[in-house]
Amino acid sequence: MAETGTNATSKGDSITRAPTAFEKHGNTAFRLASYLFAWMTVLLVLYIAYTIARQAVPAMSKYGWGFVTGTKWDPNTKEFGVLPEIWGTLYSSLLALVLGTLFGVAVAVYLSEHYLGFLVFSVLKLFGVQFHPFWGKLPDRLEVLLKNLIELLAAIPSVVYGLWGIYFIIPLIRPLCQWFQVKLGWIPIFSTTLSGPGMLPAGIVLSVMIMPTIAAISLNSLLAVPPKLRQAAYGLGATRWETILGVILPTASKGIFGAVILAFGRALGETMALAMLIGNSNVISWSLFSPGNTLAALLANNFAEAGPGEIGVLMFAALILLGITLLVNVVGAFILDKASSGREGAKR
Amino acid sequence: MSLAPQCSLNSVSNGDKDGVVIDCDVRELYYGKFKAVRDTRIAIERGKITAFIGPSGCGKSTVLRCLNRMNDLVRGFRFEGQVCFQGTDIYHNSIDPVAVRRYIGMVFQQPNPFAMSIFRNVAFGLKLNGYKGDKAERVENALRRAALWDEVKDKLHDSGLSLSGGQQQRLCIARAIATQPQVLLMDEPCSALDPIATRRIEDLMLELKQNFTIVIVTHNLQQAQRVADKTGFLYVDTTQGGRTGYLVEYGETRQIFEDPVEKYTQDYISGRFS
Repeated sequence: MAETGTNATSKGDSITRAPTAFEKHGNTAFRLASYLFAWMTVLLVLYIAYTIARQAVPAMSKYGWGFVTGTKWDPNTKEFGVLPEIWGTLYSSLLALVLGTLFGVAVAVYLSEHYLGFLVFSVLKLFGVQFHPFWGKLPDRLEVLLKNLIELLAAIPSVVYGLWGIYFIIPLIRPLCQWFQVKLGWIPIFSTTLSGPGMLPAGIVLSVMIMPTIAAISLNSLLAVPPKLRQAAYGLGATRWETILGVILPTASKGIFGAVILAFGRALGETMALAMLIGNSNVISWSLFSPGNTLAALLANNFAEAGPGEIGVLMFAALILLGITLLVNVVGAFILDKASSGREGAKR
Repeated sequence: MSLAPQCSLNSVSNGDKDGVVIDCDVRELYYGKFKAVRDTRIAIERGKITAFIGPSGCGKSTVLRCLNRMNDLVRGFRFEGQVCFQGTDIYHNSIDPVAVRRYIGMVFQQPNPFAMSIFRNVAFGLKLNGYKGDKAERVENALRRAALWDEVKDKLHDSGLSLSGGQQQRLCIARAIATQPQVLLMDEPCSALDPIATRRIEDLMLELKQNFTIVIVTHNLQQAQRVADKTGFLYVDTTQGGRTGYLVEYGETRQIFEDPVEKYTQDYISGRFS
């Protein structure tokens, strides 16, 4: 255009044109392909559920509701019931969720508020290097490092967590558990002794496993809170604490809740670490120190020796686990939808 | 704040000490190494509307945010000078910036209601200040004063975010005045609004003037002329390599617009540069 000088906008110079047939059809093809892949994923989920359900049918017709309410698991007498496993699955997951949410949200708040940054900044200020090109960026880099370290927790293999739980956590907490049992044994959750594996070590390890999920997603939703809301709260004379509790956390609550639901789903299905830590005994107990069992651990422990008749039973248990996870996710999505219905336009 | 450190600034411009709520003397203000504002002395008078005008980047919002220590939230902020609020040096070490912001309220450029109900938005400040009385009455009063009551009285428990932009801004004004601060700072409160909503906010400012001292930043010159009693013109000094804002002229609005003393002011208000 520079050569034509004054006549830069003349008709001959225009390079605009309509999209070609290829470009148009490419568009359609791309759309169809994404439709196809998306639906294939959905169908895959349904197909998995279908095959499991089909193989579970014999056991379902044989045991019926008694399978869900029964408390015995004995291949010799062909008595099967998974109530202790359902109880153990929910108990260990909820325990992990309480601990994991507490720590995960705390980490997310710590990082989103740049507490670390301010700490490092004030240290740097003492040395007068606040705005050095390298040192000045140190706080941000440390925060990224910390965030990555926490996400690294999610990358540790489940079996490694199991070993860590057996050889580190259980010996570590056992004296404390003993003390609680002796002093506060009249409270149901402290009513038995910790003889090794049990709910509490399982819950603790599980909470470490789900904590990164909660922290990462909560952090994202905390960072997504518009800075203008923070300004508004400070402008009204709110302290930092009041701002976090009164404005930032409620605004991010939807995302945090989503994180918790996702983590709950993970905890329900977690297998290896729990199979190693929970004790694998059919017990229903309120006690934190009692051994127990979960559906996932039950499957992992029994599939190798399962006879032909037992496969159907295991499939039935798998179907129940699938059902629980699905229910949690659906109920979670529903609550999420309800909770956010008053907030349309939040993006304005 | 009565036991607070005394202000050492000597008598204000016109000698009428009682009329001045905030006496602001910004000698130097830095963000990191960047010198943002220098030599700006403005006395905010009680019950009047004071406007800061000037081109973008001249530091008018920065000066405004000095008045309630909002700048303290910016990393690397450094301030040399004094801001005296009713005779108290609010930058003294013993003063908590949070306390300052409770006495001097603020309305921002973007409407920023919280993601909660209209009622709870207005009651937020009441809660912060530990108000034990009749919250509903205070909320209604603030909404009436912000000229929003009739539009929202039937849906106080709807989300504040369900309102239109202009209504949201009036909600933010209601939220800021619910605790009856002495001074209200408004940082380009109409720049995100259409002309009709803008007009309503301006009318509202003239109403509020009876009870509050208002300081407004605007780059709409007509707006300054319509609402402000006093106007300060800030300009950018680029002679020393940086972009440092400073106060060129401060006086009665009529005088600034009709008979400016400084050539820069005259050029700016006549649109000879932007």
